[in-house]
Amino acid sequence: MNAEIRPIRTPAEQGLSGELKNLPSSGGARIVALREAAAKAFNDNGLPHRRVEEWKYTDLRTLMREALPVSSPAQSAQVEAHARLLIDTGARRLVIANGAVVPELSDLADLESGLTIQPLATALAAGGDLIARLGTLEPGRYDAALALNTALAADGVAISVAPGAVIERPIHVAHVFSGKAAASFARNLVVLGAGASLTYAESFEGPEGVAYQVNSATEFVVADEASLDLVRVQEEGANALHLSTLLFEVGKAVKLNAFTFTSGAAVTRTSLYARLNGADSAVSFNGAILLKDRQHADSTLFVDHQTTGCESRELFKHVLDDSSRGVFQGKIVVRQPAQKTDGRMMSRALLLGDDAEMDNKPELEIFADDVACGHGATCGAIDDDLLFYLRARGIPLKEAQSLLVQAFVGEAIETVANDELRDALVERAEAWLKARA
Amino acid sequence: MAMLDIDNLHAKIEGEDGKEILKGLSLKVNPGEVHAIMGPNGSGKSTLSYILAGKDDYEVTEGTVTLNGEDLLDMEIDERAAKGVFLAFQYPIEVPGVATMTFLRSALNAQRKKRGEEEISTPDFLRLVREKAAGLGISQDMLKRGVNVGFSGGEKKRAEILQMAILEPKIAILDETDSGLDIDALKIVSEGVNALRSPERGMIVITHYQRLLNHIVPDFVHVMHKGRIVRSGGKELALELEANGYAEYQQDAA
Ligand SMILES: Nc1ncnc2c1ncn2[C@@H]1O[C@H](COP(=O)(O)OP(=O)(O)OP(=O)(O)O)[C@@H](O)[C@H]1O
Ligand SMILES: [Mg+2]
Repeated sequence: MNAEIRPIRTPAEQGLSGELKNLPSSGGARIVALREAAAKAFNDNGLPHRRVEEWKYTDLRTLMREALPVSSPAQSAQVEAHARLLIDTGARRLVIANGAVVPELSDLADLESGLTIQPLATALAAGGDLIARLGTLEPGRYDAALALNTALAADGVAISVAPGAVIERPIHVAHVFSGKAAASFARNLVVLGAGASLTYAESFEGPEGVAYQVNSATEFVVADEASLDLVRVQEEGANALHLSTLLFEVGKAVKLNAFTFTSGAAVTRTSLYARLNGADSAVSFNGAILLKDRQHADSTLFVDHQTTGCESRELFKHVLDDSSRGVFQGKIVVRQPAQKTDGRMMSRALLLGDDAEMDNKPELEIFADDVACGHGATCGAIDDDLLFYLRARGIPLKEAQSLLVQAFVGEAIETVANDELRDALVERAEAWLKARA
Repeated sequence: MAMLDIDNLHAKIEGEDGKEILKGLSLKVNPGEVHAIMGPNGSGKSTLSYILAGKDDYEVTEGTVTLNGEDLLDMEIDERAAKGVFLAFQYPIEVPGVATMTFLRSALNAQRKKRGEEEISTPDFLRLVREKAAGLGISQDMLKRGVNVGFSGGEKKRAEILQMAILEPKIAILDETDSGLDIDALKIVSEGVNALRSPERGMIVITHYQRLLNHIVPDFVHVMHKGRIVRSGGKELALELEANGYAEYQQDAA
């Protein structure tokens, strides 16, 4: 007799379970065991729905109508045509198409001393110290997107920066989807040794009009006194489903600044898990999310302060046109030993469309007594008085709106330290506004 | 035909039971003339200036306003600006994140575009701003900030005059540009305004203080009370008001 009541499995869940019967076999016993455990977790728990607290506003069971077969490699000519994001930033570029590294489009020459870059597939085949870190960062709860990624991803990039190495030139991993609707999985690992420094960018793009699915996960292991700048641009095609998971393990006195720009995909879910287990680190997780039509984007953050003296900042700016929907869920946990924690979380939304919707769910869970934590959320239309002031000087309505929206998201984009990447982000925001006008 | 012709203007606050604020106001401004409007707090001076600029918090229920014969009330806000209407705000607002230079340039080019003129070149624009800013004692540092962001009250008023100098309107409405200015700033701003006096340009100067009118000498002075012009005269009327206040009009109205 089975007492457990399980919901009826959806076609997507059934399809995914089918895909999970053929797990990649690379990477040795530990990795194979990880994949099998992840597949089992998915088969047991399925896709999350609105009664699962962390997925309350993004009911993946409903939103993901079908499972697509895992994608096959793309033609590099097609890929090149799509890979245009962040192209002029001077960054070292690696291209991942449909979840697999494209060597002929990836610049692996003249690596700076202390920098190692390998396709994950190569690293898995070779084994070694770096691969020993893969899969060691855990959200601490079942996460369907991550489970599917762990089970099915066979490639991605594995990067390590040796202790003390300062890599000036940013690394840009361009994820491109091309071809017929399919599901692509990429897994990346970025390990920074003590005192190392890196700027890492990732971008996501693909064709309009194809209902493809992208599931990306990246683990960042940031050792003591290291410095990481992460810049992400997600401009998937308008019919795509995009799932991203970012996992951070942060040592002591680390400087970490992560920024995500999102304007693509029909449905986006970005889950971010950061564990601060070294003292006196300063981290920030910021985002600018620009949506239109019926786009839906969910940013869910979980920042876990485990020890003393860390500062965390979150600033998320949503611009919502038409009947789009933005979701921000931010949870800051301050464990009992994490005295002197300074945590501040802010979510601001600008509603341009009459039917646009923003859901904010900030949460603080504080077990320490000597902390300064706060959160805030605002949501509203463009200020009429500001609009009037600009228009009274002769600036037409749409242009005035654009200037004010740019100013609004600019506050978040400004947090990006690298000049070229920041300029590229400003340009992406301008392009979005231009398309609107 | 007057350049700006306001005839029997009635206006109320937008909405069901919006209060009537302008109650039959008439005023003609010809090119080259400077008109001062004085009047007690709440008499509707700022409301008049907002209605001319096109703010949509108000509803015109009766009367007309024409600019060079065209129906001003029928135009969009930015269209009015392109036709030459400029309002120096009583309370200029801060626009964080929009750089002053971007703002000035967008405004100037938008107006030029609407008038079918060419956009200004970057060097010409920079030269223009530098020259006008220097005359008004506006530092390069202020120009680097967001529009009015962190400006003192007096600096905001000066920045309004800078905008006016750059946009070269046909009809300028200065709403209490003198309030909040120290003695030196009042001189600088007045000189800035006087430099813009021209046979082609009309001005409406709203003020509470006769002092300003020593610097910007008006051709006409009007007293506004309860939404109407109740008396008009020459510049000596300002001196009379300074001496006697508005008691006479309050009684009339009661
Ligand atoms: N948007 C509004 N909503 C409600 N009342 C308004 C609004 N705008 C103006 N009023 C009212 O209309 C009247 C006229 O206001 P206005 O600001 O035009 O006066 P003013 O002559 O400029 O006064 P001051 O000399 O104090 O600047 C006041 O009673 C004011 O409270
Ligand atoms: Mg006023």
